[in-house]
Amino acid sequence: MAARVDALFYFLVAVSVFFSTLIFVLIIVFAIKYRRRSENERPQAIPGNLRLEVLWTTIPLALTMVMFVWGAKVYFDISYPPIDALEISVVAKQWMWKAQHPEGQSEINELHVPAQRPVKLVMTSQDVIHDFFVPAFRVKKDVLPGRYTTVWFEATRPGSYRLFCAQYCGTQHAGMVGRIVVMEPSEFQAWLSGGAAGVSMAGAGETLFQRLGCAACHLPNGTGRGPSLVGLIGKKVRLQGGGSVTADEGYIRESILHPQAKLVAGYPPVMSTFKGLISEDGIMQILAYLKSLNREEGTEGKK
Amino acid sequence: MTEPIAERRRHYLNVHYGLTSWLFTTDHKRIAWLYLVSVTFFFFVGGLFATLIRLELLTPQGDLVQAETYNKLFTMHGVTMIFFFLIPAIPAVLGNFLIPMMIGARDLAFPRLNLASWYIYILGGLFTLTAAAAGGVDTGWTFYTPYSSIYSNTHVAVTVIGIFITGFSSILTGLNFIVTIHTMRAPGMTWFRMPLFVWAHYATSLIFILGTPVIAITLSLVALERLFGLGIFNPELGGDPLLFQHLFWFYSHPAVYIMILPGMGVISELITCFSRKRIFGYEFVAFSSLAIAALGFLVWGHHMFVSGQSVYASMIFSLLSMLVAIPSAVKVFNWTATLYKGSIAFDAPMLYALGFIGLFTAGGLTGLFLATLGVDIHVHDTYFVIAHFHYIMVGSAVMAYLGGLHFWWPKMTGRKYPENVARLAAVIIFLGFNLTFFPQFVLGYLGMPRRYHIYPPEFQVLNVLSTAGASILAVGYVLPLVYLIGSLRYGAIAGMNPWNARGLEWQTPSPPPTGNFDVTPTVVEKAYAYESLEPEILYPPGGRAADA
Repeated sequence: MAARVDALFYFLVAVSVFFSTLIFVLIIVFAIKYRRRSENERPQAIPGNLRLEVLWTTIPLALTMVMFVWGAKVYFDISYPPIDALEISVVAKQWMWKAQHPEGQSEINELHVPAQRPVKLVMTSQDVIHDFFVPAFRVKKDVLPGRYTTVWFEATRPGSYRLFCAQYCGTQHAGMVGRIVVMEPSEFQAWLSGGAAGVSMAGAGETLFQRLGCAACHLPNGTGRGPSLVGLIGKKVRLQGGGSVTADEGYIRESILHPQAKLVAGYPPVMSTFKGLISEDGIMQILAYLKSLNREEGTEGKK
Repeated sequence: MTEPIAERRRHYLNVHYGLTSWLFTTDHKRIAWLYLVSVTFFFFVGGLFATLIRLELLTPQGDLVQAETYNKLFTMHGVTMIFFFLIPAIPAVLGNFLIPMMIGARDLAFPRLNLASWYIYILGGLFTLTAAAAGGVDTGWTFYTPYSSIYSNTHVAVTVIGIFITGFSSILTGLNFIVTIHTMRAPGMTWFRMPLFVWAHYATSLIFILGTPVIAITLSLVALERLFGLGIFNPELGGDPLLFQHLFWFYSHPAVYIMILPGMGVISELITCFSRKRIFGYEFVAFSSLAIAALGFLVWGHHMFVSGQSVYASMIFSLLSMLVAIPSAVKVFNWTATLYKGSIAFDAPMLYALGFIGLFTAGGLTGLFLATLGVDIHVHDTYFVIAHFHYIMVGSAVMAYLGGLHFWWPKMTGRKYPENVARLAAVIIFLGFNLTFFPQFVLGYLGMPRRYHIYPPEFQVLNVLSTAGASILAVGYVLPLVYLIGSLRYGAIAGMNPWNARGLEWQTPSPPPTGNFDVTPTVVEKAYAYESLEPEILYPPGGRAADA
């Protein structure tokens, strides 16, 4: 992806150099050739030339349309991660990056990823807007409070790459930096299994699910006071009062913090908010747990 | 013309004396001076902040100022330069002075409103200066929420109230210009005989009127959220921080055109005068100003390509941003074509104009990088953006402002400035500018984020180059301050039309009388009729401005 961004960048550089040189040379040539030789000069008026006007309207227009289409194509591909991407959760806060791997490892201001494998980050902020920027990968995405944004990349070579916060976020903005450690896939596996063997994110989520009492109402067979959450993620749910919504990460998060915002049809508005009782990291663990339920459910959970 | 007579002649400067004659004046030319003094003050205040920023960035460590101070410095630099210098500079100083004269009017349509605009501007400025003196504000000039509305514990509310107030000055100035241009043109001054300077200000005034209320509303919402905890932008209360960005850029992108369009108007005047040619493609240059003003309102989302806004919205904004490049390119080509077979002189204003074309071309082309979605993702919020908009706002707008100020200085003061020093200053500014900001394009491509007071050591060389350039640039800016003030006393008497320029403002004595023209002229030819020896202007029988 970085190579594609660079190819486009150099195309733009080429166009810019061409037009700057053109204008620069014309100005210099005219300035020398037509310099005032006597005070009494009164050159002939040239009011304009329609063909030239059309020419220098259409050529830039055509060129900018090339830039637009090319740029849009790269942007489109950067915006949608491949389905098989490795998913890592990132929570930004003043002034640090926290990452949680599905296997449970969490890191601060560092992110270990395997090479040659698409990695998708699901990110949110605990406070102000931040921005996840890795210049070497040519990726950048704002990290916002109150919603999830994603960014993905596929690192080609192992090594250590700089991570910056690119959206001004307060006093220590310039200190909100870190590094992305890209490892050979085998080394990455070793790294994942090394260290204190912790609980997986989904496991931690399940513990939370029990501890916060979610399980009391959200029974897996749908007979509880709340709807079943098995196989929920990615499904369309019908809402009270008509309409429907896709149950993505953002919807689940909203339903945990503002349960009355979008009620599922057929269930009473009895859930109270978990605001203050659960952290952004915790919500991400719950999400991981719910996703693991999706997987367990397997093929039968199509509808 | 003999000098003693010119000295004794009554003109707008010597008709009254004393401070109150200035503070209560309704003469557009004197109000232009009030603005000139104030924007110059703010320019050097903003420049002082910039100096400290560049000094801090000389080394990768934070050794000159602390993080908090640095954040306040770049915020105050942006706020002062944009709202208190760039936006009012050309319209309120040169536009105020020249528009009535260029169209053959005796003043603006609402002279007292014009004075009120200046007081409003000063009141807003005092608020913002108070905020700076009380400890400053650290949100960046963009005031992104929820940082500005919840988290920052600096003087956000006072600052945004200052900007809110100053906005009304822009609105009233724009209103004044539009009414003046519609209703007060001299006989024969048809729309397509107007100087392009007037067209550019007409387009600018439309943006003033349509855009400024939106920033006023947006910033007052920030202040209300801060002071009373409204949940408009705060996601905790169900607000949307991106809503702020949409509203903010809805004004602040057009505001870029507020800064550059009047400059483009100045350049059209300078290029024609110093190449003694009609402008090439008058209608195209005129309408491109309106096209820029109109399209400028439809491109705000290109500031939000990485913000998480919808992919399809980003695509529409990218497409529209590409389109805004076209009228800008048309202008550049027409100015260049105007030079063809001209009679080109290299007085200081022309050096600024030629420099403008080069820097505007560079600034405009790098704008395409930012409009191109796939590339913006990489260079967004890096020094590439900083370099790009300084090429437009400093390289272009300030160059145009200084070029215009030199060009009309003899008209405003009746005195000439020292030509050779002025040429030297123009060259120093051009070189210093490029050395300051060109390395920043490279820095941005390499990934240095903006608003960092400490940075990885690999970025140091380019930062040192940039700081070196800034010190040259500073010399270039102080020079005109010194010699222009000096010329008020020591400058040679300029005479009515020292440049042999066309345009009605040159057909009245320098400095002009209070009512601009003793007798209202009748216009019979198009603008920039440089091919003839003398301008053709009709005066009623028996009436003609006293030959200065």
